[in-house]
Formats: sequence, C-alpha cells, structure tokens
Amino acid sequence: MRTKTTVLVLLLSFAGLHLAVLFAGFIAPYDPTAQNRELPYAPPTRLNFVDASGFHLRPFVYASTLVLDSYREDSTHEYPVHLFVRGDAYTMVGILKSDLHLFGVDKPARILVFGADGYGRDELSRLLYGGQISLAAGLLATLLALATATIIGTVSGYYGTWVDEALMGSADLFLSLPWFYFLLGVRAFLPLHVSPAGTFFLLISVIGLIGWARPARLVRGVVLSARTRNYVLAGRGFGGSDFYLLRRHILPETFGVLLTQAALLVPQYVAAEATLSFFGLGISEPVPSWGNMLSTLQQYNVLVSYGWLLAPACALVVTSVMYWLLADAIHYWLQSHSI
Amino acid sequence: MKSIARLALIVCLLAAVCLAAAPAPEPPNPNEELQRVDGEVGRYGGRLVVGQRSEPKTLNPVTATDAVSREVIGRLSADLISINRASQQTEPGLAQSWKMSTDGRTFTLKLRKGIRFSDGHPFDADDVVFSFNAYLDEAVNSPQRDLLIIGGKPLAVTKLDQYTVQFTLPRPYAAAERIFDGLAMMPKHILEKQYREGRFVQAWSLNTPPAEIAGLGPFRVKKYVAGQQIVLERNPYYWKIDHDNHRLPYLDELVFLFVGSEDAQVMRFEAGETDIINRLSAENYSLLSREQSRRGSQLVDLGPSLEYNFLVFNLNDLSSKKLDAVARKQAWFRDLKFREAVSAAIDRDSIVRLVYGTRGTALWGNVGPGNKLWVNQAIPHPQRSLDTARQLLKSAGFSWSTAGHLLDPSGNPVEFSIVTSSSNTQRMKMATLLQDDLAHLGMQVHVVPLDFRAMLDRVFQSFDYEAAIMGLGGGDPDPNPEMNVWFSSGSTHLWHLGETQPATDWEREIDQLMQEQMVTLKYQKRKRLFDRVQQLIAENLPFIFLATPNVLTGAKPQVGNFHPAVLDHYTLWNADQLYLRAEARGVERAGTR
Repeated sequence: MRTKTTVLVLLLSFAGLHLAVLFAGFIAPYDPTAQNRELPYAPPTRLNFVDASGFHLRPFVYASTLVLDSYREDSTHEYPVHLFVRGDAYTMVGILKSDLHLFGVDKPARILVFGADGYGRDELSRLLYGGQISLAAGLLATLLALATATIIGTVSGYYGTWVDEALMGSADLFLSLPWFYFLLGVRAFLPLHVSPAGTFFLLISVIGLIGWARPARLVRGVVLSARTRNYVLAGRGFGGSDFYLLRRHILPETFGVLLTQAALLVPQYVAAEATLSFFGLGISEPVPSWGNMLSTLQQYNVLVSYGWLLAPACALVVTSVMYWLLADAIHYWLQSHSI
Repeated sequence: MKSIARLALIVCLLAAVCLAAAPAPEPPNPNEELQRVDGEVGRYGGRLVVGQRSEPKTLNPVTATDAVSREVIGRLSADLISINRASQQTEPGLAQSWKMSTDGRTFTLKLRKGIRFSDGHPFDADDVVFSFNAYLDEAVNSPQRDLLIIGGKPLAVTKLDQYTVQFTLPRPYAAAERIFDGLAMMPKHILEKQYREGRFVQAWSLNTPPAEIAGLGPFRVKKYVAGQQIVLERNPYYWKIDHDNHRLPYLDELVFLFVGSEDAQVMRFEAGETDIINRLSAENYSLLSREQSRRGSQLVDLGPSLEYNFLVFNLNDLSSKKLDAVARKQAWFRDLKFREAVSAAIDRDSIVRLVYGTRGTALWGNVGPGNKLWVNQAIPHPQRSLDTARQLLKSAGFSWSTAGHLLDPSGNPVEFSIVTSSSNTQRMKMATLLQDDLAHLGMQVHVVPLDFRAMLDRVFQSFDYEAAIMGLGGGDPDPNPEMNVWFSSGSTHLWHLGETQPATDWEREIDQLMQEQMVTLKYQKRKRLFDRVQQLIAENLPFIFLATPNVLTGAKPQVGNFHPAVLDHYTLWNADQLYLRAEARGVERAGTR
C-alpha cells in the first residue's frame, strides 16, 4: 500500500500545490482584486479546439457578454490562448516584481478557468492568491496551537498533582467559554480597521488561543501513560533528569498524536477563518482568502446557481486529504524506523 | 355498558372534529354595518401557509415593536381608518365615516354599528376610548405613542355616543386620518382588568390561551406551537363582505411557520411547503423565476420599494468622546465638496446591476420613484463622473501623491473605513463596490463587516465609526413618519445624533419646513414644502443615497386575489380576500403550461 511511488506522488503533488500558491502571481492570469462589472458570476470560459476551419492545436476562447440573465459567446472572433503573456503587474514572494503570466488571452476576451464571482473577479486568481493567506494562516495557527498544547500537556501530564489540575482545569474552561461573545468582545476592543498583516497575525493568535485546549488534553494523556512505562522508570533510576527523560523518552511518544492533530487542524483552521470574517475579524475585502471566498456560499442562491464558486471548497478538500495522507505516511515512516 | 362506551367514543370523535374544523362564517345580519369590498369573489376553505423569519415576540398590538410580531398582529386586528395598500389612500375601517372640523383640530368618527369582536362581544366607542388610553399611557410605553403626540401634547379622545367618538388635536395636523392606520382597536371587556392592575404590558403574550385574545381582524388565534408555528383561524364575525354577500375571510386557516433566514423561506417555498413569500431578494427572485415555467408560481415585481440605502459619514459631535482619529477625519467628512466628490464617484448603475440584478433603482434623494405622491422629480440624477469628483476634491484643497493616493490639504493620505452589517449581503456588496469606486479617486477605503447589533451600537451609541452603509424607510409614503430622521433632534438623525440646536443652516431650514408641512393641511402646499426638504437633502448630502430594491414577492398559482403592494405588509395586507382556487384547477393550470 505505502509504496515508495505513492509517497513520491503524494510528496510531488503536495509540493506542486504549495508552489502554485506561492507563485500565484505568475500562474494566476489576472489581478485577484480587479473587478470586471460586465461579468458578474460569469461561468468558466470554455476552451475550444475546433472551429469552422477545422481543428487547432492551440486552444482558443470566445468573448462572452451578459444578455439579460445569461451569458452569450460571440463566436465571430477567436482569441487563442498564449503562454507567457504580459498582463497585470504583481509582486511575488514579497520581492519579485513582474507582469509575466503563465497563460492568458488578448483583450477584450478573458479566460476565466474557474469562472468569476459576483464582482466579475477571476476565481482562479483569487483561489491561488487566497491560498497564500489561508494556507499560511492555517499552518502557523496549527503550529502555535500545537506548540502551546505540547508544552502545557507535557507539563501537566508529567508533573501531575496540582499543576495538572490547574492546567487541565483551565483547558476545560477554554473549551466551555462562550466564544461567540468572546469574539464580539475582541472585535469591540480592536480599532475599526486592522491592516491585512495585522489581521493575519490576529487570526493566527485568535485561532491558536482557542485551539490549544483539545490537543493539550490528548498530549497530557499520552505523557501520563508514558511516564510510568518501565523504560522511563529505568531512565529515572539511572539518574536521568526530567528534561532528559522528557526529550529522550516521553516527547517522541506524542509525535503520533501531534501529527494526526496537525493534519486535522490545518484544514479546520483554514475554514475557521470564514467564521471569523463574519465577526469582522477575518481577511476583509478585496483581499481574497479561501475563508472569505467560501462565505459567499452561505447564500442559498449562490450555492445552487453558480457551481464554479465551490472551487475554494474543492481546494480545501484536496488540501485536507493531502495533509491527512502526508501525516499518515510520516506516522508510518516514524513507526517503521523507531524500532 | 358497551353502547354507552361507543356513544362516548362517538361524542369524543365529533368533539375532536368540531375542534379541528374552522368555525363557519356567521351569515350577514341586516343590523350590522358591514363593509363590502371589491375584488374577485373567492371560495371558502383551505389553509394558507406563510414562512416567517422568526417567532413573534408578543401578540399585544400596543407593545409590539418588531416587524415579525406586527406581521401576525396585523391579521388579528383592525384599525379605525386604514391606508389602502393598493391605492395608498385612506379608506374607512372600523369607522364608517369621519369628519374634520374647518380648523383642522377636531375629528369626529362614526363607528360601524352591530359589529363584533372575534369572541362575539359587540364593539363600540368604549373600546375605542380604552384603546387610545392604552396607546397614550406613558407606563405602557407604546412605540405608537410618539405618533399621537402632536407638538408636545397628546390628542384627546371623547365618546359622544355609543357609536361616535371625537378626537381633539392640540393643533392642526396634516394627513391626520393617516395616523389611525395600524392602531389596532382592542376589547375593553377582556383587557380592562389587566390595564387597571398595571399588567397591560404583559397581556397577550404568546402563551395566553387563544380564548382570551379577541380582535377585529379577519383571523383569530387558534394555537401556538413554540419554535414551530402559530395557527390562525377564521374570525366568524369579521366585518367585511364580498360582492355576493359572503362574509370574509375565505380562508379557514392562516399559518405562520417559523423557518429562519430568507434562504430558508425560499427553500420552503420551492418545496411547496409555503404558499406565499413576502420579501424576496433579487437573487432569490431570479432563482425562483428560473423555475417559474415549471411551477407556474405567481412572481410579482412591484417596482421600486420605499426603502433607501445610503452611505453616511460620521458627523457627530465627538468632543466628549475619546475618538481623536475619527475626529481628525471629520474635517473631510464635514466638507460638502468631499461628500459631493464621493457621490459623483459612485457607480450607482453597477450597484443596481450587481447587487439587485437590475431589479432595483439608483437613488439620488431620500424619496424614490416608488413614492409617486411625494417624490421631487426635479432632483438631478447626475451620471457617474470621476472627473467631476477630482475637480471637486482639487477645489477643496486635496491633492494626489505620485503613487496616486489622495492627500488632504495638510498632506495626510485619505483613508477611512465603512462599517456594514455582516448579515446583510446586499449592503456588504455595495460596500465592496464603493471601495473599488473610491479607489479610483485615490481614497483607501476599508470595508468592515460587523455583527448587526455591534454596528448599531457604534452608530447610535459610541459613535466609533467613520462611515456606514445602512437602509431606512419602507413604511408609510407620507413625510410625517420620516420626522425622526430629518428633524435635527430626531432619534434617527443618523449623521449627527443628539443635536440640541440645528448644527447647520440647512438643517435649521429642514427643521422649519418639516414642522410646517406637519401642520399644513393642503397636499399641494405640503408637497412644495417637502420638495424643498428633498432638495436641501440632495444638495447637502447628509446621506449619500445609493439605491432601492424592488419589492419582490411570490405566491403559488392557486392563491387567488394575490395583489401585493409596495406598502408593508406587501402580500398579506388583503389576507381577508385571499383564497385558494380549487385544487383540480390548480393542477390543470400547471399542466397546460
């Protein structure tokens, strides 16, 4: 089952996804915030290979216009798809300035691979740019939550007694807090407008703050059972310090739990951002994120009428599955190498 | 023994059947002064189901403040003089006729004789006097009380005889007969005891037994199931008849289902679980119209509503608040040229197209084209012009940095945020469009979605906001209910709340005009005064008006007499005349399409 090839394929697609998101500026054909008010909810552009004169190796598209409630393609003029075209300017990885795009078509036609949203913005471009924020936020928030959880869980499980009671008591408290009112409160304390970078760190810290309690309980459970194992007792008998015992014998036991938790939490946290944007704590317009793109799907008519806007949901599912499979593979690898 | 048990069983079953069935309408009696109504003659029977966003909070007409409660109460009660939703003019209700004295201060109303409450008890002048005392009682604190206080003094009610009442107004009041619309008349014989004991505010909650609730509306309460529905049944003594002398209403039952959001209402309607849908958004309307050919539903676009959506800048006096950042930006907001530039840069056509899917109308003033009686046609509708906007800003001392950012006269970049309710997707969309429009002027605008209550708190209490997108209006087309918005000390004078003195000359002029129109009796003269108010508002832009949605409603094909109107309640205002066409005909109709 877990052959080298499957793991390799998994690793490659995982890297591919993250590279595509990282180099969004180059792969995305358009500026993700540019509105095109003539094309609200435009469906994905069809790629054509065949016209009256026969088959063409280079695909082409037609320009479409909104007539009443539906889009009509104007088949009098063909717009071939070109690779490496000049278009909207962008900055990549924070430093590289360019206007070169992987593919594109001549104006006035537009190539909308995943269609357009309600403002006529290109869904693919928003998906790629949105991935930057969402994946980074998801990963960093997971790291923060798990780091906190590991420290608290380990201390709690290893030292026990009143430390354990106090820490796990506060974990219970966190799990039972009415988060709705807490978030309203946080929103009220903050200035009205928070810069995108500020929002980003705010998101990470809010999610991390809310998220540590559950994994901390899991880590504590593992540590609690590990510290009474014979090899730990033996290590202690040989005079090993607490730090040595934790590092050498106990913490490695928690890797499995942490990995599974990480794989579960990353997609969960990407979606959590959609909820937070409802409180005005998420990434705000016009900057895209998977969370705020998904929030338009809360409208029933959008959900049933414009299927292509489900793209961020699909991206989220694909990403989640990749993370789970990867966690699974690492877990397996760790097990087979630990003995 | 056996036969007795069987008899008991039969009696029980009969009783159950009688309880379940709606009461038959009482045959009209020559002693009753009934009102004959126009419209198609329908057929008796059936139940009509309507989806509601939430549960009503109370069934007490005097204390209800929320729209959902009023939606139900409106079907249970009746008023003395009502505004016909179709013609927008007043028509006799429980008062058969009325006369105004020449000085415009005394109103004499003749009540219909012989009519009865839904419990069979007769209605007369004592009930009217009792009801008005309740509305005017400070301890009851009715939301309608303000309407009955004219120039600081309440109107006085006196009973002249069993069927005549006289209202004395402290001073002449324009369109005084319109204030009677929506003021439900209540049964003194049921509520007097509770009123005397000071328990009136608690009277008629949802848990009150239906037998203790009586009104003069077409329906009465049958049963309430918490969290699910409230079932109304025919009032057998209702005071309206059709052309064939059948007592209305036609429907046996009217059911309000508590379904939740607008989307849930649409899904229930699509599934055929509800018969009428009241407030549709443009997106959901086009969703339903795509399936219209299959279902044959009656979808009605009534054109522009009376609601107006606008952008408002915070012009409040912030000297007592610690809001220096906002106060600094107020220097721009107070500059009329800045507001004019913003207005000129807004692409209202895009709003109508992208937010309302063309089922809406752009607005440049507080009265839209839906209000035919009062709209000032002379208000200009300038096209969007970024050049005009730039010139206005330049003349006000603004400039642009090399990167294209707009700088104020002291060189600070122009940057502000617009708050809007995160649950209102349409206003969220407007904000995102405005953000892009204003970016063309070099303004950096941030859209801040907030929980609805949190937003209201900022706008009405803490004043901690810079600009907001909100909506108002939608009730009566008459200017009087708008007093609280335009009068400088009004409770909804949003841009500058709590003014003790009008802050500007034009606000002072609006105050005078609004007060004058309120005591002017001639429509033509009032129209001239209100036209001037509209002109002042459009020139000074305390609100930057954006657009108004169309009133969009729908009903199943078998609902007869479905004549929605642009005044609230759009679809159920003639619930007494609604009927269900024979099922077979409904199927046939659907089949022929």
